[in-house]
Amino acid sequence: MKHQARLSGIFILAILGALALVAVACGGDNGDANGDNGQPEAPTEAANQTPAAEPEDRGSASGSITVYSGRAEALIGPIIEQFEQETGIDVRVRYGGTPELAATLLEEGSNSPADLYIGQDAGSLGLLAAEGLFLPLPEDILGLVPAQYRADDGDWVGLSGRARVVVYNTDAIDPDTLPDSIFDYTDPQWSGRIGWAPTNASFQSFVTGMRVVHGEDATREWLEDIAANGAREYPNNTSIVEAVAAGEVEVGFANHYYLFRFLAERGEGFGARNFYFDNGDIGGLMNVAGAGVLTTTRNEPAAQRFIEYMLQQDAQDYFAQETFEFPLAPNVNVSFDVPPLAELEPVRIDLTDLGDLRGTIELLQSTGVLP
Amino acid sequence: MTVRVPRYAAFDAPAIAIGLVALAVAAAMLLPAIYLLLRVSQDFGASIDVMTGSRAISALGNTVMLAGAASLGALGIAVPAAWLTTRTDLPFARLWFVLLSLPLAIPSYVAAMTLVIFLGPRGVLQGWLEPLGVDRLPDIYGFWGAWLALTLFTFPYVLLPVRAALMSMDRSLEEAARSLGKSNLVTFVRVILPQLRPAAVAGALLVALYVLSDFGAVSIMNFPSLSQQIYVQYRGTLDRDAAASLAMLLVMVALVIVVAEGFTRGRARYHAVAAARRPVRIRLGRWKWAGLVYVSTIVGLALVLPIGILGWQVSQGLSQGESVQAIRSASINSAYVAGFAAVVTVAAALPVSYLAVRRPGAFSAIIERVSYSGYALPGIVIALALVFFGANYAPVLYQTLPLLVFAYMVLFLPQALGTTRAGFLQINPRTEEAGRSLGRSPVYVFFRVTLPQLLPGMSAAGALVFLTVIKELPATLLLSPIGFDTLAVQVWSLSSEAYFTRAAFAASVLVLISAVPMVIMAIRERTPA
Repeated sequence: MKHQARLSGIFILAILGALALVAVACGGDNGDANGDNGQPEAPTEAANQTPAAEPEDRGSASGSITVYSGRAEALIGPIIEQFEQETGIDVRVRYGGTPELAATLLEEGSNSPADLYIGQDAGSLGLLAAEGLFLPLPEDILGLVPAQYRADDGDWVGLSGRARVVVYNTDAIDPDTLPDSIFDYTDPQWSGRIGWAPTNASFQSFVTGMRVVHGEDATREWLEDIAANGAREYPNNTSIVEAVAAGEVEVGFANHYYLFRFLAERGEGFGARNFYFDNGDIGGLMNVAGAGVLTTTRNEPAAQRFIEYMLQQDAQDYFAQETFEFPLAPNVNVSFDVPPLAELEPVRIDLTDLGDLRGTIELLQSTGVLP
Repeated sequence: MTVRVPRYAAFDAPAIAIGLVALAVAAAMLLPAIYLLLRVSQDFGASIDVMTGSRAISALGNTVMLAGAASLGALGIAVPAAWLTTRTDLPFARLWFVLLSLPLAIPSYVAAMTLVIFLGPRGVLQGWLEPLGVDRLPDIYGFWGAWLALTLFTFPYVLLPVRAALMSMDRSLEEAARSLGKSNLVTFVRVILPQLRPAAVAGALLVALYVLSDFGAVSIMNFPSLSQQIYVQYRGTLDRDAAASLAMLLVMVALVIVVAEGFTRGRARYHAVAAARRPVRIRLGRWKWAGLVYVSTIVGLALVLPIGILGWQVSQGLSQGESVQAIRSASINSAYVAGFAAVVTVAAALPVSYLAVRRPGAFSAIIERVSYSGYALPGIVIALALVFFGANYAPVLYQTLPLLVFAYMVLFLPQALGTTRAGFLQINPRTEEAGRSLGRSPVYVFFRVTLPQLLPGMSAAGALVFLTVIKELPATLLLSPIGFDTLAVQVWSLSSEAYFTRAAFAASVLVLISAVPMVIMAIRERTPA
């Protein structure tokens, strides 16, 4: 009983402490609770600074920026650290899902603490651009990548390329026999052998690309035929690659770089490989991860400097070698085992058009591909 | 909404204070619903169309079916397990209890992923069976896969409150039954089970509402539930109005479930007439082995299997030259924020459950029901609601630790509510009256008489919240202070980019940390007679 009395004493203290903390929270005392966050003050005025900063401002940029990154820390963290060391600019990053962070920006509106958004696919970048959330980038930064990998109006720019591929099981498939168009997978011989990910953003972007290039009807027909072929549904790219290697399905429609992670994790014996479309087929659509400076920025020069840095040799090298993506700046070579971007000759489309996600979701729903 | 304070409370200062605190808590819980109403009212006609569309209705049916089946499954697993580990001489009972509660710490997408790796058509089990000519196992995807994953990883929601109820249950009723010559089985069914009903139903309610909100398991198992559709809207189109309309449907289902639960409670009060004494332990005898097989099968599927798969991923990666990284700060952050949230959430649950039990009436009923509304919503909905209110109306607090903890409270208060409520139900008000009659103040009596008796329920509640917060993702990602890295964030971020070695390592550490409060709880329990 004595033991119990002591316990309850501890509990009472704990609860009183908690109530005090709640009171602090409710009282809005941001003293130490705020920690390293350092909330910005009165952010709304910053939205007016429309004219893009001059290159010379960028060179001497300092201070700090807040980045909302839909790109995972494992993929971009080290190169951001290098940027901080070289420029002295303090970068605070909120990592999250590409669409979730985009939705967050929309909810925050003019009170957003963010200076910069990095998205994993052109669709989200296009949507935010359509909502007017980006400040245009200066010509010299846009000029660092070929025109097809940036927004026409200069709202955002691609940082690295990610190709759609067909992942195949090495036991079941001889890659030489794979069709050279994604449209050929509607043939009944592929019945029950295909895996895809209709709820996944990168797949949806690809479908948007198909709508842009081949039109609504052809895309509808393709979706219906693939579904009729009994394509098995997976939640994302990694589960497709895993299922292909395990032999659950023989081929899967996925992004190219996941395979390289599996090879690193499981070794060369891993039972799946990539098939690249090198003929401009829509099946090999080249999507991008990209970035844009937000209208809520309070440090436009530093935000632009960040993007510029990500398009220079070191960062582009990093993307190519560490994250297995295609560098977009033309002077960087790919050092791993994929065809260089120039040889792939992916289909040319205006990536801004990938922002029409709503039309794609409606099509996926009306064909029954999405429930 | 008009709220009438019951008349008998009018001159009772502490009761009014408790009422006001409970009201503040309930108001906080309403924020997500208010946000949804704002969104839905953007284009009310379009929202109605979305809500009444055939797609939404069929997803709704799927969700309700899954929630019901998972609740039944969880009850079926948890009630016998709770009884075995409290009321029998099962060897290592407390160790089994700790192991049985840990599946709760495994994020549902990790849990589902490990089930697919093991039970998938061409999974590990198929590999073992291949020499026997099994080329392919039946599909795990769809309803049964989602059901299995959710049942196996949510039954602790029932286990913890039921066990707490069994621990603090007075044995005099059981003794009376036995003295009347009733067998153990009859005593269990006729005497113990009815006393367990509030705790068991509260736990089943948590399972049902959790299933409504879950996205991880249904997405891996590819089951078209309402929450999956909500994510498709957010992720696919950023159409927050359409997503909110679907979320509104979930709120309505949750309300129906919560109100229905209210009806099943009945008017029963199961408190002891005399001072509570320790429960009787039943000798299992020959049945000991059956009991051991039972608990070890559950632990095997819900804990050893996922941990085994994680361990396999780590060793596989290490052998290929991958490395794991020190994750000290993420571990500390996770433990710290989960502990903080557990204490705050339990403290917030006390006044609400006190009112519901001791001052039953329309006022307390409404407050209690409202408190459940946030829990049935997918984390992304709550997170965006608080992003909206935080960024625009409380910029000073936005993306700070207090707001994050506040978000956890909004999300997980029901977990603490059910258990503390069941605890209050078991306390005999006479013990408090005795204290009052000796001239002690109500506050003194609460802290010295009531609270000590609530301890098992409160620690169970705190542990539940801790285990759930530590794996929470959407609110943590969007609302934490910038740079506030947690284990759950790492597990998600690394596994989504196929850094399996590091992800599996972080997930293992997460489960390990989750074991700490469970172990403490098991050790501190009153030693059984």
